[in-house]
Amino acid sequence: MSKVDNQYSAKDEVASVFVKRTFLQRTFITLKKAPFTAWLGMTIIVFYLFVALFAPLIAPYGEAEIFKTPYAPWDEVHIFGTDRLGRDILSRLIYGARNTMGIAILTTLLAFLIGGGLGLLSAILRGWVDQFLARFVDVLMAIPSLIFALMLLSIFGSTALNLIIIIAVLDSTRVFRLSRAVGMNVAVMEYVEAAKLRGEKIGWIMGREILPNILPPLVAEFGLRFCYVFLMIASLSFLGVGIQPPTADWGSMVRETGELIQYAQYDITAALTPILPAAAIGILTIGVNFVVDWFLYLTSGLKDEQK
Amino acid sequence: MHPILSTLIKRIGLGIVSLFFVSLIIFSSIQLLPGDFVEAQLGQARTEETVAAFRKELGLDKPFYIRYVNWVGAAVQGDLGSTFSGRNASYANQPQQSTARTVTSLLKPRLYNTFFLAAMTAIIAVPLSLLLGITAALYRNTFYDRAVNASALTTISMPEFFVAYILIILLASIYQFFPSLSNVTSSTPFLERVYLSVLPALTLTLVTVAHMMRMTRAAIINLLSSPYIEMAELKGLSRSKVIMKHALPNAWAPISNIIAFNLAYLIVGVVVVEVVFVYPGVGQLMVDSVIKRDIPVVQGCALVFALTYILLNLLADVISIITNPRLLYPK
Amino acid sequence: MSKNRDNSILLEMKNISIEGYSDEAWHPIIKGVDLQIHRGEVLGLIGESGAGKSTLGLAAMGFVRAGCRFTGGSVLFGDQDLTKMNENEKRELWGTKFSYVAQSAAAAFNPAHRLINQTIEASVSHGISKTETLEKEAIKLYEEMQLPNPTEIGDRYPHQVSGGQLQRTMTAMAMSSKPDLIIFDEPTTALDVTTQVNVLATIRNIVKEHNTAAIYITHDLAVVAQMADRIQVLRYGNTIEESETNKMLKTPREDYTKSLWAVRSIKKKENKNKEKILSIKNIDASYGSGPKVLQNVSIEVPKGGTVAIVGESGSGKSTTARVVTGLLPPDKGEIIFQGQKLTPNLSDRSKEDLRKIQMIYQSPDTSMNPRHTVRDIIGRPLEFYHNMKGKAYTNRVIDLLKMIELDETFIDRLPSELSGGQKQRICIARALAAEPDLIICDEVTSALDQIVQEGILKLLLRLQKELSITYIFITHDIATVKAISDEVVVMHNGLVVEQGMKSEIFSPPHPDYTKLLLSSVPEMDPNWLTKILSSKN
Repeated sequence: MSKVDNQYSAKDEVASVFVKRTFLQRTFITLKKAPFTAWLGMTIIVFYLFVALFAPLIAPYGEAEIFKTPYAPWDEVHIFGTDRLGRDILSRLIYGARNTMGIAILTTLLAFLIGGGLGLLSAILRGWVDQFLARFVDVLMAIPSLIFALMLLSIFGSTALNLIIIIAVLDSTRVFRLSRAVGMNVAVMEYVEAAKLRGEKIGWIMGREILPNILPPLVAEFGLRFCYVFLMIASLSFLGVGIQPPTADWGSMVRETGELIQYAQYDITAALTPILPAAAIGILTIGVNFVVDWFLYLTSGLKDEQK
Repeated sequence: MHPILSTLIKRIGLGIVSLFFVSLIIFSSIQLLPGDFVEAQLGQARTEETVAAFRKELGLDKPFYIRYVNWVGAAVQGDLGSTFSGRNASYANQPQQSTARTVTSLLKPRLYNTFFLAAMTAIIAVPLSLLLGITAALYRNTFYDRAVNASALTTISMPEFFVAYILIILLASIYQFFPSLSNVTSSTPFLERVYLSVLPALTLTLVTVAHMMRMTRAAIINLLSSPYIEMAELKGLSRSKVIMKHALPNAWAPISNIIAFNLAYLIVGVVVVEVVFVYPGVGQLMVDSVIKRDIPVVQGCALVFALTYILLNLLADVISIITNPRLLYPK
Repeated sequence: MSKNRDNSILLEMKNISIEGYSDEAWHPIIKGVDLQIHRGEVLGLIGESGAGKSTLGLAAMGFVRAGCRFTGGSVLFGDQDLTKMNENEKRELWGTKFSYVAQSAAAAFNPAHRLINQTIEASVSHGISKTETLEKEAIKLYEEMQLPNPTEIGDRYPHQVSGGQLQRTMTAMAMSSKPDLIIFDEPTTALDVTTQVNVLATIRNIVKEHNTAAIYITHDLAVVAQMADRIQVLRYGNTIEESETNKMLKTPREDYTKSLWAVRSIKKKENKNKEKILSIKNIDASYGSGPKVLQNVSIEVPKGGTVAIVGESGSGKSTTARVVTGLLPPDKGEIIFQGQKLTPNLSDRSKEDLRKIQMIYQSPDTSMNPRHTVRDIIGRPLEFYHNMKGKAYTNRVIDLLKMIELDETFIDRLPSELSGGQKQRICIARALAAEPDLIICDEVTSALDQIVQEGILKLLLRLQKELSITYIFITHDIATVKAISDEVVVMHNGLVVEQGMKSEIFSPPHPDYTKLLLSSVPEMDPNWLTKILSSKN
């Protein structure tokens, strides 16, 4: 038996991961292995961000600048023609990136702040705080979002600020549910209990123990929520109760040029004019969805390997 | 008491409580109106008397709970109040009598239209999604699965009005198979009604199938990784037997949830589609009323949608409960 | 043993290699293993977790899990090579000539179907005989497996019967088609020791009765000594040693095989210590408004020594730990620590109180934050309790690493970069960093392999001597209790059955439960099971 004692050494035990790489190195390797759809998605996102940020430099004309001919056909002066009031479509498309995306991002951030914060709190505190919040959210979610948004907008009026707040509050319910669920999964882990036993305060537990471990699903959810919010704002604007003119916004642009659809058999470019902003909406959503899909695949795969 | 019965009663009770709270929210939203709303609505017809009369009719002079109880009492009898529109003129002429139409009279015909459209969609969308979802899960990671997934992902990323417009361009403008406006009335014969509703139903079907198929696929994949499925394979059962006898009986709960969820989603999608095709349903009514800020109508429509949503979710939960063997056969 | 029966070779695996796909590459799981089974013979397949036993067992049927593939060798059943057959041909054999008994019966049964239908399903599906005949035979099997109400139990659903009964039903299911070979994959690992005895007995009897061959997979040597005619030892996908049971137990050849016996060699000399560091008196506890989980529990812990609290799942041993640490305030009773009454609720205790009592958990995977480095994990108590910073902080972390027999190269690793034993050592260092007077060890070795367990126990004993720490050691494993404790507390269903010095507890006379517990623990003697059964009758 003594022979065995000398041979055994804790230091030499074989662990599962061998090579230590930095965060940047690992990110680079992961990016190289990404599938085509993920690359496409990332390219789309970067392109849109670029357009949104540099809109004033790229757009040929002003956002609300009015020209002589309404519904002008596509030509060299106005690449995509003009709308009902004579405003250049291409410029409004470019500015629309900034407005629509900007409002959507702000709304999503606000939804995450409210929903994520409350969800985490609920997961840690449990007890009646959790019960109350969970039931309250259940009731809020019993009304379909679009309907609820329409109702609240009819009361408060459709300003950009109201839009952001109303949709953020309604969407925060979904974020609440997710962060509460993943937060609870982590909150029952023994390392959280070990922290409690140490005497750590709730701020530490939330920020240093739980949050770093729920980032992957939260990041993925951010992407998904953005898509949902983005589509909802576009739909509300299309219905006429969202972003109001003269602000350039893709949803309302579809509404404003919708009449041209019926001329498809005569002039296909006319019919495509309302399609352009709608397609702009769809392409960004697809891009984000592709990236989120890939991200989810990566992070769920990691979980299985650790078993 | 048998656990199934007690679970069912609890769940139905929860549904009733939800309905109560939702109605409370819908009702109390009128309290959030900015102060000058009454004056703004009456516009040029506003005078001391008309404002006071309108306020009285809105019941803004009585305490909250009395108003709520009156509202609920009236609602269950089918009286959802009267519209705001058309008051200016009537008040100016005869302050004591309002000839505004009742909300219920507006809703009734449109209710039928909307449910007709939803039913038409559901009949095709539900079986199609289940078929696509289950086969995609079974032939996972094959070309078929990837193609189905990619198209579904693309479709759900598009706003509904985009899908609608594309369909109009293709099927109503370039090739004029169907009309781009669905002006259905209560006297339209059945077949013509179906014909007029094809495009809106098609739009809704595409969007709903995309959502439902993805969720079904995920649920089946999840089910197929259960340990008892591997056990069934190790007993030498054929693939089809494993699916039919072991996977499907446990699939009722997740699938009924998915169907209910998507039918509820359908209710919402209907709004945009009705506006694009000018289809006279509850959705279109609601949007118009929101723009006009005709609150009673908005409340009535919201109540209808919320009620349907709650009932559908209740139905899904009930199915989950009665197909759960742990509840059916307690220890 | 089977002397008068057919002894020919039933199944032969030659030079089998299997790879598994993970982390974007194929890795070998089984590396060229030979295996033979004769008719009616029981082959025990043992090894630590990760040795590949389950994979090999399934491969004997010609089955590989998703993400695995055969890369070489053959599995000869009669004159058929299972590795060369297609799925349909193999399915003819599965459920007829081959059967599989999984580790978790609760997971392997479909919750939507009755037990009797699942029991005879394979035979019905392969058309072995008529349903009524199969049902009658199934009931007979239930009788042989000593299930209660054999004629009616088949009508139940899986969630309506207990774990031990379910495991026996699964064995009956495997026997239903009268297979040539059954593969038992850790069938009793998830069961309590007292339930295990009955299941082992029935499995052994039924296999002998029907002259069925079996591969019995387990990591527990004492169990395999009872069940197997021959034993094969697996490590990292290779065969280490293979021989007849008696021969292997008496004269093991390889060092590794010898080391598998190691834990059972440590035996601490008991110390009697008059001074008590902790007394809990008349504790009643419950979760919410539920039934009492602890009833009138009183335990005395001697200073500088080790008290082992031993019992099966549900005995209340972990709950006692939660009461002491303040996570679960008791309904009644008091806790006296170092002569002072301790406030029952964690949130009311001072930092000093919290510092003096530390806890180490069973599963190192979940007791450390996967995002924190070793430096953070060990260092946080230093920062939190002793306000250490900078160089003093880092040096102290390195000191602690040395104390647990590791070194400073570990300081920036993440938990995923450590082995199971290393992780548990880090947890010990984390507890030591606070400089506590009492450490509660909650099943700290139960999730580790045998050799690693020995290392951890030796470390704990050494630290106790050097630092005069008191341990409360919670476990269900009798061998560990013998190895490490001075005093022992036996618990069952929330009650203290007895407590006293180790020597007293382990010598008769015993209260009934202790007798049952001690007699249910398998020993290395191959005749242990037979002796126990005959003594029960």
